[in-house]
Amino acid sequence: MASEAELRLRDRLSKLKSIGLLGGTKVSGELERLQKQLDRITAEPSEDEIWRSVELARHQDRPYTLDYVERLFDDWVELHGDRGRADDAAIVAGLGKLDDRTVVLVGHQKGRDVKERTKRNFGMAYPEGYRKAMRVMKLADRFDFPVITLVDTPGAYPGVAAEQHGQGGAIAASQATMLRLGVPIVSVVIGEGGSGGAIAIAVGDRVLMQENAIYSVISPEGCAAILWRDASEAKKAAAAFKPDAAHCLELGVIDGIVPEPSGGAHTDPDEAARLLGIAVREALEDLDGLPVDELSRRRRARFRSIGVFA
Amino acid sequence: MAEPRIDVRVETNDAPPADAKKHPNTCPKCQSHYRDDELEESLWVCSHCGHHFPMRARARIVSVADEGSFTEEAADLRSDDPLDFFDLRPYGERLAEAELGTGLGEAIVIGRATVEGNPCELAVMDFAFMGGSMGSAVGEKFARACDSAVEQGVPLVSVSASGGARMQEGILALMQLPKTIVAVADLHDAGCAYVSVLAHPTTGGVLASFASLGDVLLAEPGALMSFAGPRVVQQTTREKLPDDFGLSEANLRYGHVDAIVPRPELKSQLARLLRLFANGK
Repeated sequence: MASEAELRLRDRLSKLKSIGLLGGTKVSGELERLQKQLDRITAEPSEDEIWRSVELARHQDRPYTLDYVERLFDDWVELHGDRGRADDAAIVAGLGKLDDRTVVLVGHQKGRDVKERTKRNFGMAYPEGYRKAMRVMKLADRFDFPVITLVDTPGAYPGVAAEQHGQGGAIAASQATMLRLGVPIVSVVIGEGGSGGAIAIAVGDRVLMQENAIYSVISPEGCAAILWRDASEAKKAAAAFKPDAAHCLELGVIDGIVPEPSGGAHTDPDEAARLLGIAVREALEDLDGLPVDELSRRRRARFRSIGVFA
Repeated sequence: MAEPRIDVRVETNDAPPADAKKHPNTCPKCQSHYRDDELEESLWVCSHCGHHFPMRARARIVSVADEGSFTEEAADLRSDDPLDFFDLRPYGERLAEAELGTGLGEAIVIGRATVEGNPCELAVMDFAFMGGSMGSAVGEKFARACDSAVEQGVPLVSVSASGGARMQEGILALMQLPKTIVAVADLHDAGCAYVSVLAHPTTGGVLASFASLGDVLLAEPGALMSFAGPRVVQQTTREKLPDDFGLSEANLRYGHVDAIVPRPELKSQLARLLRLFANGK
């Protein structure tokens, strides 16, 4: 894939420059980092390098949604419950101030210790979680607050009750809801972007990934179990379906890569939050002032055009 | 967290044995065996116990569309292999084999038709083509079916049968979820109705996208329609699964579909709905 991939990424880089997403003075270093990503791609990342992303994305000390919330937002008020059945702690939603502007945040939340992990169900949401997300995003729409979503889930919870409560339908409805919001949406994959459970809250006008995040249609273990009939071939599977940020950028699935402190976000959460804040602010600035119908038209066109076929 | 509303745990002693592969014409429920022509005659429904065998896309179209009314669209569209995906075999080889084996270019067939004289657009999936999995080509063809319905100003009828997103296309397969949902949003904005028929199985990414977004959802008897399959749920949670886990009957009870329609009644039921929606805006 060498030269063709390089051309596509160069093309992508030039587009990013032209929309100014990462072109602000505050992030002049960002393109340099993208350039490094480009160099890495042209060198064709090895199985080991892709697997390192998988490991960093799942690192137990990696900052989670609420770690970023406390560092980026003032006046944070969390909103609970789907107004129907339950409050799903695997997804947090609320209002906060980013600089002087009220925004709505929706994000998956994992737990740090055994007790919290259980409470948060390892970041795997029930339909109630997606219904809470929809409720709060509609609130954003009513008051013209931009929406920021942070994606970090191994996937939607595969359980009997989750199915009985309509998991598939809730994931579909959440995406449909996002498509119809008349406010700017910025989505960032900050850890694991696991399949349907991830895309349910990732239908943004700008979709970004942190440098060591992964975004995939199935977990490496799940893919290995099905295609290799052996879950221990996960590393091989990950190398085959390429869930790393550089490849997602190359495939046109995301619009930019948010740099992390060297060594990964967990080595310096403050710095990781600062870099994330810069990227989110830039994306929001870029979307400011677009009329609602133009915003909606572009959002639909963005997702309608993704795919490669003959 | 959320308590299950109704927990139907039925102990059973007659769990299906992990037996050797049965002949495809043998009913897995009652073991009745049929000749090919008998199955075709009965629309692949067991005339003894009512079990619905898988139905191929072309046969489905013949069974619901008026004779000679179907005009296929986007028949030349094929999948590509953007990741150069290679598991135990290359993706390109799997695609070629699926095309040879099914006589279809992809896991979905789209086109215009009439049902008892009512014009509509059809989008019919075929599980025999790589498990009906949705990659870029399936997503694009479904979206084009929506476009075509809008252009004609007619309702869309889809019949889904899919294991979910196609792993061999990686993240691009996941992106077909929002893509098909955009197409349904455009369809709805144009005032066109959408009837989604869920056949066995409709799981994963197809259930979590367009198949769930019909104005009316009809399911076939005994069709599995769950986001996660029973094996994954069992392995992840170690929960005892209800006997009707994820089946259309359970989904009707929980309020996720409007009706269960036996295959021989599907055409007249679709025609009735198309007549009703014809009076809309």
